[in-house]
Amino acid sequence: MNAIASHKPAPALPVTQSGVADVVAASKLGLVFNTNDGPVQALSNVDLTIGKGEFVSFIGPSGCGKTTLLRVIADLEKPTSGTIMVNGMTPEQARERRAYGYVFQAAALFPWRTIADNVALPLEIMGISKAERAERIRRTLELVNLAGFEKKYPWQLSGGMQQRASIARALAFDADLLLMDEPFGALDEIVRDHLNQQLLELWARTNKTICFVTHSIPEAVYLSTRIVVMSPRPGRVTDIIDTNLPRERPLDVRESPEFLAIAARVRDGLKAGHSYED
Amino acid sequence: MRASLPWQIALALLAVVTGGVLQLATAPGGGPGNVWPALGLVALAAAGTLTMGGRPVAQAVLLFIGAHGAAWLLLSGVAGHEGQAGASFYLALSGAWLLAWRCVTVLSMLKPASPNEKRLLGLIIPLIFGAWVLILWEAIVRGAGIPFLLLPPPSAIAERIGVSTAVLAADFRQTVLKAVLAGYIIGCGAGFIAAIAADRFVFLRRGLLPIGNMAAALPIIGVAPIMVMWFGFDWPSKAAVVVIMTFFPMLVNTVVGLSASGHMERDLMRTYASGYWPTLFKLRLPAAMPFIFNALKINSTLALIGAIVAEFFGTPVVGMGFRISTEVGRMNIDMVWAEIAVAALAGTLFYGVVALVERAVTFWHPSIRGG
Repeated sequence: MNAIASHKPAPALPVTQSGVADVVAASKLGLVFNTNDGPVQALSNVDLTIGKGEFVSFIGPSGCGKTTLLRVIADLEKPTSGTIMVNGMTPEQARERRAYGYVFQAAALFPWRTIADNVALPLEIMGISKAERAERIRRTLELVNLAGFEKKYPWQLSGGMQQRASIARALAFDADLLLMDEPFGALDEIVRDHLNQQLLELWARTNKTICFVTHSIPEAVYLSTRIVVMSPRPGRVTDIIDTNLPRERPLDVRESPEFLAIAARVRDGLKAGHSYED
Repeated sequence: MRASLPWQIALALLAVVTGGVLQLATAPGGGPGNVWPALGLVALAAAGTLTMGGRPVAQAVLLFIGAHGAAWLLLSGVAGHEGQAGASFYLALSGAWLLAWRCVTVLSMLKPASPNEKRLLGLIIPLIFGAWVLILWEAIVRGAGIPFLLLPPPSAIAERIGVSTAVLAADFRQTVLKAVLAGYIIGCGAGFIAAIAADRFVFLRRGLLPIGNMAAALPIIGVAPIMVMWFGFDWPSKAAVVVIMTFFPMLVNTVVGLSASGHMERDLMRTYASGYWPTLFKLRLPAAMPFIFNALKINSTLALIGAIVAEFFGTPVVGMGFRISTEVGRMNIDMVWAEIAVAALAGTLFYGVVALVERAVTFWHPSIRGG
């Protein structure tokens, strides 16, 4: 038994018709930011359920509220209308029970800590013993192919390696839900392809639920089991696409007709969102 | 290979020739001695470097010997002839100084491979610089016969330091080891704790910071006599002045530093459901360290000034400020300069130690890791 296990929610989870427990269940979700220029509707009427083990991408132009939606799930923003449950709890309760790991747009590693100590950061805060910490650091760094870099400082690593270290940090405390906010947005395409593959392998091995914000259509189609297409002003969901690609996905799946068909539908969805506005 | 003629060498040779002509014109026996040997040495060293084009280290050694040998000859020759130096003396001195300049230039262009050599070079160059400040000071003050009361030569100050070591040490103990250190530790500590408190409690942030601003504006000259009334003549009253001086820079810098961590990092700590104190110790304080050390460095010099000035307003018969104010009254200017030298040395050492600790603590900061 470790400290994390005791944080797991009670087994009485709400269950969907398919019998799979909902990790995220949002209904009529809305969020209005009060800015100096008056209120801004960031999210409007969002209905969404995410089941366990799904890989859901949120895609849309900037300002469509995809990051805001992720931050609402993470309890970094409070919705102003509607309801949202994470693991059957309010987002705040879920956050306090460390229900999710969050990967930001930048690695946000602490420069005064080594890579190993950065991965240890959440474990220290959660009061996990030193021996257990060492074991988890070893395991998660191996998972993101960073074994051997424990003693390096973040600024001695490339951007892609830094982002992998930040993923290791989000994985270290074994939350079942991984929230990723354009984690590869700042990286070049070669590194991004490589990390996408690694992320899929990691997802297959750990069976986590992943919510992934991106503005790249190929990335969304390649990674996801489901794609949530969003559009701006007000931020809302315009289409939800189930992808039927096999779970095993080599990079060249992106040339297959199935892949291109899904990508075309995502593009149509994005276009529809824009024409609504014009 | 075309022999190049560095302009310092050219000027030095010109100075030697002009100096030689002028020295011929002066009456024999008048003015300082050793001008001829000095001119000769400068000329030899200058000409010698021109023959060793590709060997910068040999050049530097020859220049060093030429410059400092000539300076030594001139300084020993001026003894007994204070105030009688003519143009040839100054031209010989300029020649030697130009050689030293060339020497530093040659050394600065060296690209040593080993880190030890690099460190040695980093030490030698400023030392030559500092030595020439003293040499020029000594030569001009004695050559021109500037009155001792206006500006004593460095040799007289050094002599005074040698003679009065016991008094200087007692003053150093009283002022630096007692008043400055105690005041610095209490002042910086209080500023730091006040900053944390102001961060933790909104009412303090709203109420304390404006009052802290006022404390910074307090004129130290006005406060010092009051501190003497409160805490007596001995060092605690000086420490109190230092506390007042160092408190505010620490408070302000720490408050600013605590908000230096990024939004993303703070959101990250929030996703871990991290409380106030873990976030403070694991994120916000490390991020604030460059700011805190900034305050520590500012305060290291402020503290010394504060303690010395505070001693002008009543003190037992020991202390650097006391010594300066009384010896000035007795026209013992060399003692005043000796105290100033000790204060400068102590201040530099204090600052240096704080800067070294800073390098060790904020090794990760781009300004230190150089990236």
